[in-house]
Amino acid sequence: MSTIFRHRLVWPIGALLALIVLNTISRPSFLSITVKDGELYGSLIDILRNSAPLMLIALGMALVIATRGIDLSVGAQMAISGAVALTIISGSGSPGSLGTVSTAILTAVVISLLFGLWNGFLVAVLGIQPIIATLVLMLAGRGIALLITGGFITTITSAPYAYISQGYVFGLPFAFIVSVGAIIVISLLVRRTALGVLTESVGINPSASRLAGVRSRGIVWSLYGLSGLLAGIAGILYSSNIMAADANNAGLNIELDAILAVVLGGTSLAGGKFTLAGTVIGVFILQTLTSTITFLGVPPAVTPVFKAAVVIIVCLSQSRRVRAWLGRLRPPQPRIAARTAETERSAA
Amino acid sequence: MTDNVVEMRDISISFPGVKALDQVDFTLRPGEIHSLLGENGAGKSTLIKALTGVYPIDSGRIAVGGEPRTFAGTADAQDAGIATVYQEVNLCTNLSVGENVMLGNEKRGPFGVDWRTTHKEASRFLGELGLDIDPRSPLSSHSLAVQQLVAISRAVVVDCKVLVLDEPTSSLDRFEVEQLFAVMRALRDRGVAILFVSHFLDQIYEISDRLTVLRNGRLIGEHAIEEISRTELIAAMLGRELAEFESIGRSADRQVDRAGAPVLSASLVGRKGSIEPFDLEVYDGEVVGIAGLLGSGRTELARLIYGADRADQGRVSVRGSTARLTSPRHAVEQRIAFSSEDRREEGIIADLTVAENLVLGVQAKRGWLRRVTKAEQARIVEQYMESLGIRPANPNALIRNLSGGNQQKVLLARWLATDPQLLILDEPTRGIDIGAKAEIQRLIVELASGGLALIFISSELDEVVRLSQRVVVMRDRRKIAELDNESHVDVDDIVALIAKEGAA
Repeated sequence: MSTIFRHRLVWPIGALLALIVLNTISRPSFLSITVKDGELYGSLIDILRNSAPLMLIALGMALVIATRGIDLSVGAQMAISGAVALTIISGSGSPGSLGTVSTAILTAVVISLLFGLWNGFLVAVLGIQPIIATLVLMLAGRGIALLITGGFITTITSAPYAYISQGYVFGLPFAFIVSVGAIIVISLLVRRTALGVLTESVGINPSASRLAGVRSRGIVWSLYGLSGLLAGIAGILYSSNIMAADANNAGLNIELDAILAVVLGGTSLAGGKFTLAGTVIGVFILQTLTSTITFLGVPPAVTPVFKAAVVIIVCLSQSRRVRAWLGRLRPPQPRIAARTAETERSAA
Repeated sequence: MTDNVVEMRDISISFPGVKALDQVDFTLRPGEIHSLLGENGAGKSTLIKALTGVYPIDSGRIAVGGEPRTFAGTADAQDAGIATVYQEVNLCTNLSVGENVMLGNEKRGPFGVDWRTTHKEASRFLGELGLDIDPRSPLSSHSLAVQQLVAISRAVVVDCKVLVLDEPTSSLDRFEVEQLFAVMRALRDRGVAILFVSHFLDQIYEISDRLTVLRNGRLIGEHAIEEISRTELIAAMLGRELAEFESIGRSADRQVDRAGAPVLSASLVGRKGSIEPFDLEVYDGEVVGIAGLLGSGRTELARLIYGADRADQGRVSVRGSTARLTSPRHAVEQRIAFSSEDRREEGIIADLTVAENLVLGVQAKRGWLRRVTKAEQARIVEQYMESLGIRPANPNALIRNLSGGNQQKVLLARWLATDPQLLILDEPTRGIDIGAKAEIQRLIVELASGGLALIFISSELDEVVRLSQRVVVMRDRRKIAELDNESHVDVDDIVALIAKEGAA
């Protein structure tokens, strides 16, 4: 088991290290971290901080993908969550009070959870294909967010709210703490309970799982809820960063980045086995890549090309066929499934 | 022998853990309708897939029209003149009938495709088969039966020598079957060799010239239709076992105490279009065998009791009190377990380990919050790997890499670990090697002696008769008889019951 695990993560980790090395060569200051008033600053710290929204989304996405599903609505849910939180804060008499901010955050997160459960209802209970079911909210969500903000970009001034993206705890950015917290909580939730293995079982073989007595409906349903909840928190982080609820741009295309991060980490889009560690690495790869591109002075319009190149390389490295092809150059790895398929073919 | 249009010799195909075909010979003569018979797992579909180029063969020779052939894919088989029509029609429903018939063979004029001539040609081809269908009507406006006929008429257009019809009649009504048979006869008269698969014996006798019977991946026999009786045919399909199994001993005449309330009692449980209402009772320590051909309703019966399918009538009670078994969860809560006949699709979770598969039943029963701990898992896994002799004895191996017999043992262990009071086994011995088969039979006897109630479904009558105290006989989705095995039911009696024509 541990060898497969290592086998799976070796490429994503390699890609991440390669990116870091590349960055360090082109600007030696990349690795340097400075301490100012007990708070850490530097490019690496920025990456950790800025990756937080994507991290939350990608963790949820990994679990949803493991059930053979997909959640396209996470970006729109971020917009809704931000809109809800900022509308509450800007409408209240004391936008700077901790109470207002906590109420706003709590409301926004609960609403996101409800939207996530709505997706889960469509998929798990009504049996609508996940891509269509979540497409509904992906398209409608930004409209809902605009309705909430009354068609404007709501801006606020609120110290506690700004703290979420700008603040520091124990010398580390608060946003990063949130994302580490999410990683820990979800890892525990998934691996300490049976949620992980039952999710995989449902994703690998839904009908066998049903006959084995697994409550697959409940599992799928709640995972979409979890994905919505995480999107809600991501929306808070994002809106805190710009101190505005931008219904049109908050979390735009983040669903695609999240899917990318999950796949880069080695989780198959076909569902079943998933790896949270891989997903975390996938997120860091994407975030490092974004900052690399910015640093290299590449025009933002060309950014997708770079992302595409990295994706192709990592995906190729995970392809069984390419590995088999590379394997001929090196001593072969014992992969039974691939081997039998090949012997069958060569016998023809 | 050279007048055979298809000659397959010594064909063997293995999948991991299973020998799907073992040195099977098969011949098709031009202008004959040849039926291929066998229960599930007998190797029918594997043989068809070898002939149509879907599976490469491990060893053996295939000759078409006297010419040796190697099929690397379906295109090769099509080039050799072998056309296939599957159960699910693969045509373009949004195109017209004529466009479908002529697809790839459209008549061309100076301005691209000449649709007038093309449709006229299509009409001619359809007419040759006695079909009066407007070639300009959209295919989607026709019934599935007609669509199937259109698919078959494509075979005429491409001038095939061999036509493979894999269960074409399974969703057709009586009249549609007649229409299909008329087309098949028309094709036969043109010299096309037709390979026909159906589960309906009446149809086999009505249409075939010759037939080939497979069982457990081996060729059992090739007969002209006149020289084999219905009873002989059923006996050939269901098989008589090797003497070595007799050593397991008959557990059939073991006494069962039927004084108390039955573990499970079903009265008039049925589902429209699936199985007619039936009664069934199972007592502690009893094995109730279900005998019948494939498609006789034996799996449907099991699925209704388990709640895998929802019954639309009838009443089930567990130990005397009424139970609502509308989903597998309810059944599991009542300590009823069901091991499906389709190990791959409805049994194993292929990418999980043996240990994870084994404790899945227990875990599902507990819910996701209360995880089976590492220690518990190790204990359960060790216990069952040992007692069932699961090989390799590596709990961390992926279950997909185990042989069929060992996968089956893991699935049995999955259920036994949940401590069931009723275990429903649908074809637990199919497609597994002889050794594993004997072990599973022995286990069934052991479990029943230990007080567990079992429902045991198998295609192999010997097995059913030897292990069960009562035998339920199914035919045409109906329970037609229930035999008490104390009086030594004979396999031939069951065969006779199944073979009897008309309603019982």
